Amino acid sequence: MRTLLRRFAIYLFTAWTTITVNFILPRLMPGDPIQQLIGKLQGRVTPEMIKAIKAQFGQGLNQSMWTQYVHYINQLLHGDLGISITLSSPVSDVLSSQIWWTVGLIGVGAVVSFFIGTALGVLFGWTRGSRADAVIPAATFLQSVPYYFLGTILIMIFAATLHWFPLMGAYDPSLSPEWSWTYIASVLRYGELPLTSIVLSSLAGWMLGMRNMMVTTMSEDFVLMAVAKGLSRRRVMWHAARNAVLPSVANLALTIGLLVSGSLLVEQIFNYPGVGNLLVNAVGNEDYPLLQGIFLLITFTVLGANFLADALYYVLDPRTRTAAVH
Amino acid sequence: MKALRIPRSPKVIVGLVILSVFIVLTVIGPWIAPYDPNANTFIPNLTPSWEHWFGTTTLGQDVLSQLLVGCRVTMVVGFIAGLVATLISIAVGLAAGYIGGRTDEGLSLLANVFLAIPGLPLLIVINSYLPAGSQANPLVVGLVIALTGWAWGARVLRAQTMSLRDRDFVEASRIIGEKRWRIMWSEIGPNLLPIIAASLLFTILYAVGVYSTLAFLGLTNVSTWNWGTMMYWAQSNNAALANEWWWLAPPGVAIALVGTSLALINFGIDEFINPRLRAAGLTARQRRRVGLTRRPRLGFTPVLRQSPTDAKKVS
Repeated sequence: MRTLLRRFAIYLFTAWTTITVNFILPRLMPGDPIQQLIGKLQGRVTPEMIKAIKAQFGQGLNQSMWTQYVHYINQLLHGDLGISITLSSPVSDVLSSQIWWTVGLIGVGAVVSFFIGTALGVLFGWTRGSRADAVIPAATFLQSVPYYFLGTILIMIFAATLHWFPLMGAYDPSLSPEWSWTYIASVLRYGELPLTSIVLSSLAGWMLGMRNMMVTTMSEDFVLMAVAKGLSRRRVMWHAARNAVLPSVANLALTIGLLVSGSLLVEQIFNYPGVGNLLVNAVGNEDYPLLQGIFLLITFTVLGANFLADALYYVLDPRTRTAAVH
Repeated sequence: MKALRIPRSPKVIVGLVILSVFIVLTVIGPWIAPYDPNANTFIPNLTPSWEHWFGTTTLGQDVLSQLLVGCRVTMVVGFIAGLVATLISIAVGLAAGYIGGRTDEGLSLLANVFLAIPGLPLLIVINSYLPAGSQANPLVVGLVIALTGWAWGARVLRAQTMSLRDRDFVEASRIIGEKRWRIMWSEIGPNLLPIIAASLLFTILYAVGVYSTLAFLGLTNVSTWNWGTMMYWAQSNNAALANEWWWLAPPGVAIALVGTSLALINFGIDEFINPRLRAAGLTARQRRRVGLTRRPRLGFTPVLRQSPTDAKKVS
């Protein structure tokens, strides 16, 4: 339990660091980005809006940094992330309406690619040295292909040219969001291609990692023992795979951040609603309150997912539990 | 230094060859580019031909010239970011692993924080607060990328340093009274070289990818040619919908090739660090030569040695 609590403390500390970075960056950056933004906004938005932005970033309030910091944290604890400049509504409202698209797409994509990739890794590890090894360079190439490139190519071939999939968006624009079968079917249909691109581009990493671990594990004595006992090939493979999967699970926590980063782009390419799309638009419009809110949301979600992955590892590997004793 | 010998597997050789081609292009690319990448005087949307090897864009620019000119910025940012990040990770990893105690606690915590914060969103946030002049400056962007990319290497190096710290040869030089930095630099350092090399390759890979991503999103200066901005212009002119594959494919494939070459070289280093992986390199031809009829499987790590009769046949 101590190991897990320790991890929890680290994530808590990371969360605090993120909040602090978020607080400090706009205030200490050279060139005073907030002042410039307010200059640009003069006349474009209501005076109340400018006042709200000034208040959020501590402009012209003559407060000490510390008072501003306490105020900022207090606001965050009450779920107040400020008001989006371009959308003119509270950032927390904007985010809570959009996050489910991202969580759904990336979550399903991550789970599917982890399972398929790991299973393929077991197979290719088992058949190492055979012709099947030719898949390694191919997988390496696939792993190096940027997410957004793969997505664009998929759109070009399967949506724009062959018309097998809808071009972009998350559901048929003629439908309105509701709990009906046609709507859900449309969401699934529109999700196929973005999901495929996430799975394809993250699959290779899991596969290569699992293959390496499988090869390493297969030269362990207990696997030889299993063969000597005369167990069927499938049982031996299962034996080795169960032990080889641990590093993959341990890596899960580290990879979630990378996966989320890559998937943010998938939304941009497929014009899929969600946090990634919001983020890119927020940067383009210099909507700093929205930008900061998204950054906090993404980081907190990734930290939460990391902790879940750590907990899973803790449950799966008894050695992590005994390690806490000494 | 014999330990530095890289296994001569075909994977590593292919990787080295591809990487060298791109390094040469980094140096000479802008000089051998046939046209000015900004010139939009050509007929738009030409498919590849002798005049335009990779065709032209919707804006009437030559794709090959953009690719060649863009190679330099992309690679230089990747290498600078990779080098700086690796230097940080060596410093942090060695110090944390060797000194231990409070230093280790602090540095490890720092590395863990940087590992847990998702890199790309952090980069986007930092980048958006940079003054416009710095956003356009590849050097600044490279340094910011390095700031987000050092933690993984530091963690691996720390673990290896800790396992080396208590070995006899390190103990011996401590007893002789060697200075601490000297032990770190000349006793432990050389033994970390394979891992440092692996983490350098990995970080360059990360940096090239991330820089292109930022450029693709239009967050760096879109008039500086690199592979990411090429994709940015292709995307904003709907090249995918118009099926203009000659415009889309070159930058994406170039990024993927650089990544593949780095990963292939890394395979060689992996096989060096973990000898068990090396046994997998037994090809069907080698097997036939030594007279193994079946593929070696579990528990047997084949050792290749020519039998005396074979040696005679060869000579």
